[in-house]
Amino acid sequence: MATTIKINGVDRSVDVDDDTPLLWVLRDVLEMSGTKFGCGQALCGACTVHVDGVATRSCVTTIDSLGSSEVTTIEAIGQTPAGAKIQKAWLDLEVVQCGYCQSGQIMSASALIAENPNPTDQDIDDAMSGNICRCGTYIRIREAIKLAARSLNQGG
Amino acid sequence: MMFDRPDTLNGSATVSDRGLSRRHFLQAGAAAGGGLLLGLHLPFAVPDARAASHKFAPNAFIRIDTEGKIILTMPYVEMGQGTYTSVPMLIAEELEVELSQVQLEHAPPDESRYGNPALGGLQATGGSTTIRAAWGPMRQAGAAARTMLIAAAAKRWGVDPLSCRAERGEVIDAATDRRATYGDLAADAALLSVPNDVKLKRREDFKLIGTPAKRLDTPAKVNGTAVFGIDVRLPDIKIATLAQSPVFGGKLKTLDDTAAKAVKGVRQIVKLDDAVAVVADHMGAAKKGLAALVIEWDDGPNAKLSTADILSQLEEATRSAGPVAKNVGDVDKAIEGAATKVEATYHVPFLAHATMEPMNCTVHVREDGCDIWVGTQIIARAQAVAAKVSGLPLEKVNVYNHLIGGGFGRRLEVDGVARAVEIAKQVKSPVKVVWTREEDIQHDMYRPFFFDRMSAGLDKDGMPVAWNHRFAGSSILKRWAPPLFANGLDPETVDGAVEPPYAFPNMRVEYLNVEPPGIPTAFWRSVGPSHNIFVVETFMDELAHAAKKDPVEYRLALLDEQPRAKAVVALAAEKAGWGSPLAQGMGRGISVQTVFGSYMAQVAEVEVAKDGTVKVHRVVCAVDCGIAINPDTIQAQVQSAVNFGITAALYGEVTLKDGRVEQSNFDTYQLMRMNEVPTIEVHIVQSGESPGGMGEPGTSAIVPAVGNAIFAATGKRLRKMPVDTSMLKAG
Ligand code: FES
Ligand code: FES
Repeated sequence: MATTIKINGVDRSVDVDDDTPLLWVLRDVLEMSGTKFGCGQALCGACTVHVDGVATRSCVTTIDSLGSSEVTTIEAIGQTPAGAKIQKAWLDLEVVQCGYCQSGQIMSASALIAENPNPTDQDIDDAMSGNICRCGTYIRIREAIKLAARSLNQGG
Repeated sequence: MMFDRPDTLNGSATVSDRGLSRRHFLQAGAAAGGGLLLGLHLPFAVPDARAASHKFAPNAFIRIDTEGKIILTMPYVEMGQGTYTSVPMLIAEELEVELSQVQLEHAPPDESRYGNPALGGLQATGGSTTIRAAWGPMRQAGAAARTMLIAAAAKRWGVDPLSCRAERGEVIDAATDRRATYGDLAADAALLSVPNDVKLKRREDFKLIGTPAKRLDTPAKVNGTAVFGIDVRLPDIKIATLAQSPVFGGKLKTLDDTAAKAVKGVRQIVKLDDAVAVVADHMGAAKKGLAALVIEWDDGPNAKLSTADILSQLEEATRSAGPVAKNVGDVDKAIEGAATKVEATYHVPFLAHATMEPMNCTVHVREDGCDIWVGTQIIARAQAVAAKVSGLPLEKVNVYNHLIGGGFGRRLEVDGVARAVEIAKQVKSPVKVVWTREEDIQHDMYRPFFFDRMSAGLDKDGMPVAWNHRFAGSSILKRWAPPLFANGLDPETVDGAVEPPYAFPNMRVEYLNVEPPGIPTAFWRSVGPSHNIFVVETFMDELAHAAKKDPVEYRLALLDEQPRAKAVVALAAEKAGWGSPLAQGMGRGISVQTVFGSYMAQVAEVEVAKDGTVKVHRVVCAVDCGIAINPDTIQAQVQSAVNFGITAALYGEVTLKDGRVEQSNFDTYQLMRMNEVPTIEVHIVQSGESPGGMGEPGTSAIVPAVGNAIFAATGKRLRKMPVDTSMLKAG
């Protein structure tokens, strides 16, 4: 039986088992490969998307749990003010190395600053410690979050 | 492809660069479609008999088309280390163009053309070799192209080339202010022969090299459009995931796939000798199918293997003398006559790579050919192994290389390609084989386990008169590049042990090649030094302690003949505030090393809590890596490598029980997270020397710095990695 889920503002109907994790529907069924697979167990954050604005691990989120929630992925996050600022800060501060974890980092970070315009180091630790970066880009991620938050506050 | 016809190139010349001992060759000619094509050959750092006997075959190409676009084809891949930016910088610098004018194309597999000279001609990216191999020839090629474009303009205008200069992609005649673009001049330049003598820019005239440059590969990596191997999309593609024998060397005994076949979206079950794969419409179905399989394995000869067995095997081996990798003076006599004798044993564990992008490879095997989509550090071997496993001739195998979600040595191996082709041979459509994280960690090829036996003799002032380092463990080169393993020794495994920077009047390094059964090994970020620097720098600390001397002072006293090493130790100590008081429970540790052509010292500041947990608060790194081509990338690489090394020091360990790897995902194979990251300061020493590698040194240097800091904080000496917090509990 087909299930309808709302991805980046568009209703998508998919014919897979109800308990299929959203990650595989995005990557393999809808061919939106910006969301990454890292662990499959909510341990690394590579698969992070927003469900109604909340950073969520898509590898453990089954599609039948979504109901009418709005899912936002890395492909569309640049259309939100927080997402656009985060992406720009990532480029300005040259955060990225291999890049594989960065979709998830950007999704977690944009949820953070959308919610909390002045994140402290502790807030950043709390929001970002679920996202592993094997390339160890954490220092620049932290700086970039602060830069993006500042620029979001200035509305600039 | 136009560069498949090097014989259409005309002219050839020898250019030389002060400080580089080998000759480099360049050829120039007309590019197909118009414009100028330069082919260059990278020098061989490892002697290669084939190089001498073969006629010139370029392995990197620079094309300037009639629109002035500069296209570089080069044999290296981007893994996050900034290669796709730093190598173009070398050409842009000499060509007098903006960095953004240089475009890159992936090189197709061709060992004879694109082999990385520093790796013995293999087409590979690894060992922090890229910049070292590219530094001379890439600049020379850029300079030759600039000289030819100027000559072409001068000829056209009937003026002396000396009155013309190149600037921002144009040649300008100073007297008349006439200008011509490179695009306009490229075809004319192609008719000229390569100049015999090109003048490289002086260091003080560099505009790009040494300035922080924006990475060229980044924008696609922040919006989800970058395509890694795992992201490949093809019509009618199927997704497969697999279970391999949990014991290395085991076999599949029985399989019940009834329930798996009933899973919606599962298309096929593929049985191999030692693995099973579930082929499905999507990974969700494949994983569900995999979980539904009932598999019985025949564990084979390694069924009972444990890490403890391997430890005792290696420890036992070091009781006898081994092949001597380095010998200076008479160690036995010097130890005999020493005032104090110091001895210690160490060991380091197997480590997984745990790249963020799990292993994967997409394959389409047909009767008439085979296509491979993968992110690899060694494309020619990927092609060769696919040909072998598929039974097709090499020229029928196409490999499409992709961005790599972390290499660290893992993607210098092609076991994953071989496995994917085995599966794909039984599947009609293209199939993307994706390892689960558990399979990725439990079927990695690991950083080898090593056991080390150290002894030293000190004179009455506590200074070393003899140093003996004997160790046992696996040799990767013996399997990976057999000709480089000779007389029981290989240069990678002893790297970091045979060239300590210190003035030891008597010293010996012995390496015993022991291959533990039942666990494959491979290169891992910083390779030999990842183990040797831990042992050498920890033992140095033990010697300083035995001599009752400050660890920094002790090292400095032994570095008079190594001014670059001495300078980085002094700088790191100064910037770290070495000697200034620290809070209770905290300590500082130092390390220094001269590997990968770079000199590096690190000071770590750690805190040990009452329960034994260790937090690294601050790392100060001083590095002399020769000319710093892109300082921004160097800083990023040090941060990256230090975090990688701290992860290893605090958590890294792969263990075996009943032949099975006990770790499986990021809960049992922990990686450092945001809340654990120290401040990392990078101080780059200004230098005019040739550039050294920067992707790896930070990893090997941090491990002993952390251990030595723990000793300073607690008085407890850690002689094995990772840190055993139970040993550090207060009381
Ligand atoms: S893949 Fe979902 S958290 Fe790792
Ligand atoms: S950038 Fe490579 S894993 Fe984060």
